[in-house]
Amino acid sequence: MTANGWMQYLLFSVLLLLSVKPVGAYIARVLEGEKTWLDFLLRPIERIIYKLSGVEPEKEMNWRQYAFALLGFSAISLLLTYGIERLQNLLPWNPQHLVAVGPDLAWNTAVSFTTNTNWQSYVPEAVMSYFTQMVGLAYHNFLSAAVGISVAVALIRGIRRTNSETIGNFWVDATRSILYILVPACIVYSLLLVSQGVPQNLHEYTQAATLENSSVTQSIAQGPVASQEAIKMLGTNGGGFFNANSAHPFENPTPFTNLLQMLSIFIIPAGLTYTLGRLTGSPGHGWAVLASMFILFSAGFATVYWAESQPHPLIHGATQTATATAPGGNMEGKEVRFGVANSSLFATITTDASCGAVNSMHDSFSPLGGMVAMTNMMLGEVIFGGVGAGLYGILIFVILAVFIAGLMVGRTPEYLGKKIESYDVKMSMLYVLIFPLIILSLTAVFVLSPQIGLSSLNNHGPHGFSEILYAFTSAVANNGSAFAGLNANTWWYNVCLGGAMFGGRFLMLIPVLAIAGNLAAKKSVPPSPGTFPVNTPLFTILLTGVILILGALTFFPALSLGPILEHLLLRSGQLFS
Amino acid sequence: MRSIWLTSIRFTLVTALILGIGYPLFITGLAGLLFPHQANGSLLLKDGHVIGSELLAQSFTSDKYFHPRPSAAGNGYDATNSGGSNLAPSNKALVDRIQGDIDKLAKDSGGKPVPIDLVTTSGSGLDPDITPDSADFQAERVAKARGLSIDVVKKLIADNTTGRQFKLLGEPRVNVLALNLALDKLSK
Repeated sequence: MTANGWMQYLLFSVLLLLSVKPVGAYIARVLEGEKTWLDFLLRPIERIIYKLSGVEPEKEMNWRQYAFALLGFSAISLLLTYGIERLQNLLPWNPQHLVAVGPDLAWNTAVSFTTNTNWQSYVPEAVMSYFTQMVGLAYHNFLSAAVGISVAVALIRGIRRTNSETIGNFWVDATRSILYILVPACIVYSLLLVSQGVPQNLHEYTQAATLENSSVTQSIAQGPVASQEAIKMLGTNGGGFFNANSAHPFENPTPFTNLLQMLSIFIIPAGLTYTLGRLTGSPGHGWAVLASMFILFSAGFATVYWAESQPHPLIHGATQTATATAPGGNMEGKEVRFGVANSSLFATITTDASCGAVNSMHDSFSPLGGMVAMTNMMLGEVIFGGVGAGLYGILIFVILAVFIAGLMVGRTPEYLGKKIESYDVKMSMLYVLIFPLIILSLTAVFVLSPQIGLSSLNNHGPHGFSEILYAFTSAVANNGSAFAGLNANTWWYNVCLGGAMFGGRFLMLIPVLAIAGNLAAKKSVPPSPGTFPVNTPLFTILLTGVILILGALTFFPALSLGPILEHLLLRSGQLFS
Repeated sequence: MRSIWLTSIRFTLVTALILGIGYPLFITGLAGLLFPHQANGSLLLKDGHVIGSELLAQSFTSDKYFHPRPSAAGNGYDATNSGGSNLAPSNKALVDRIQGDIDKLAKDSGGKPVPIDLVTTSGSGLDPDITPDSADFQAERVAKARGLSIDVVKKLIADNTTGRQFKLLGEPRVNVLALNLALDKLSK
């Protein structure tokens, strides 16, 4: 670890915290339908979209209608992407003449991008045409992010409204999120990326005659990278234009683009905590939730950074400690321009948020470094979390925290003026239980199947177990990062991981909307002396504790069979082949 | 219910047109106008031929050139198949590979400790950079093969070293292709 490494963490944190209020306030304006400075340009486009789609923007929906619209749209757009992949050989912008994608991989990828996961079982530059990347994949990067924001805001409305049947209009929420938040930011962002060296063209791959021996050619894959890169990060999607994702110099060419990418993962999820405080009239609550996220993020970074800075115990004769001119530490799978500090920071951020972009290969991380990445996902993607998904995820934990506080003093729990009753707690528990149920049962099945599960492993011993556990955790958490040595492009993995992503998104979304609808219908009760305040440091501690305890109780046994065992065996000098 | 499906189809088509086609084409046009070099892959030309991209590593094996980090992309430096080794620290294959490379490099250089980045594969397999330590480590070999004085080579390394961006971000680094091009220029 170096002082410079900690400085970079500090700079990132300061910039992030400075962004929270302006970003959150702007999101609140957009989703409340208030005027913005972009209205003159975007208002007409917004109206045209409603008109062409047959949307009646002033019509409010109850939670069931909201859920049906969301699911209907997701089904149709999933089919669109599936169709594009299967027919890409007949579609334009395919200069490399790539063949149609097979059915199991096309299913897996269509689900993956619809659910904001962006798990990739394939090498994009060798499999997906420019048309598929643009219309099939980057398109979903916008829409799945907009769906996340919409559900988060619907839940906030549920908390805020009283005696109300409705929680907003899905089509309006999605359209306004895209037009006023995502698109303007992405235009500026992608041009910044291009200025630093991210390509943006539709040419066929360039053939270079290399310097040392001009008869050796290097085929250089390119494409419309920057436009996809911007929304890939800002929408916490994470699906790389190239196989190496943000480790690829064409996706993430400089330390500056790296800083931008890290900030753009957290900026909307962090801002949404302020939106929550603002719209519920309790700004302190937003900050208390943010504090909890920030504590968990910082603890994760410190652990990964420490673990990755350690020298490998069984390698001798190399400089493995940091000097002024070399980062040292565990450099397998890491880029020189990022070194250990920026790779650790990126890995923490991308697994905290359900982004899943990587600027270094997590499979080659030290056992404990890789464990933190996994744990971040296992806590339910609530440490900032995905765009929108992080906020509604942590609000479930908030409800549980308030409920537990209520049990401790023996009163009916209240949350921002709403009584939390059995229906709300049942739905919250459903949300919390679906998550480990899918992860652990599928992991168990694949670990016990030599044919379909173990034959895909790239590493053996406890790390092999970690590869499978990581894959299903990443899928259900809608993260999309991987211990990428696992060959997941097999029929069984494609189909089951696809199912896991589907469940991790939609089965968890429905209880959230149900809670939103139920809360909206309640009347408001004034705070009493027995009300547990949700804007204090004490609340932050309780919330952090609930998240950690739930996650630890659920996943500690699995982690002890994987990364913890691997760490102990490696320390004692044991390797696996 | 019927209206939800209909709205879904129409909404999907409209947004796909705007976001899937309009947006990337708009950025492509703008990028080509404002930053044509970067938008087209930061390609380097020599005598009218493309020799590579300044952002991507390519293979160098002779003693006359600085070597990049080893690559796990395809069969090595394959810019259509980027990626890392994905070997775990507890994998014997990884430890054997790294230790083998260290022992070989140390023998050729008289037992100097090897900078770890020079024997580990990068995340992309296309890392264009090595650390200044790794460039220094190779300076003697390159100077000898080219009949140059070591000071000249070290000066060239210093000239081609990029510090931290804005003096703070990232790590100091040396672009191998740029350094090798500079070497060739010097020898002419």
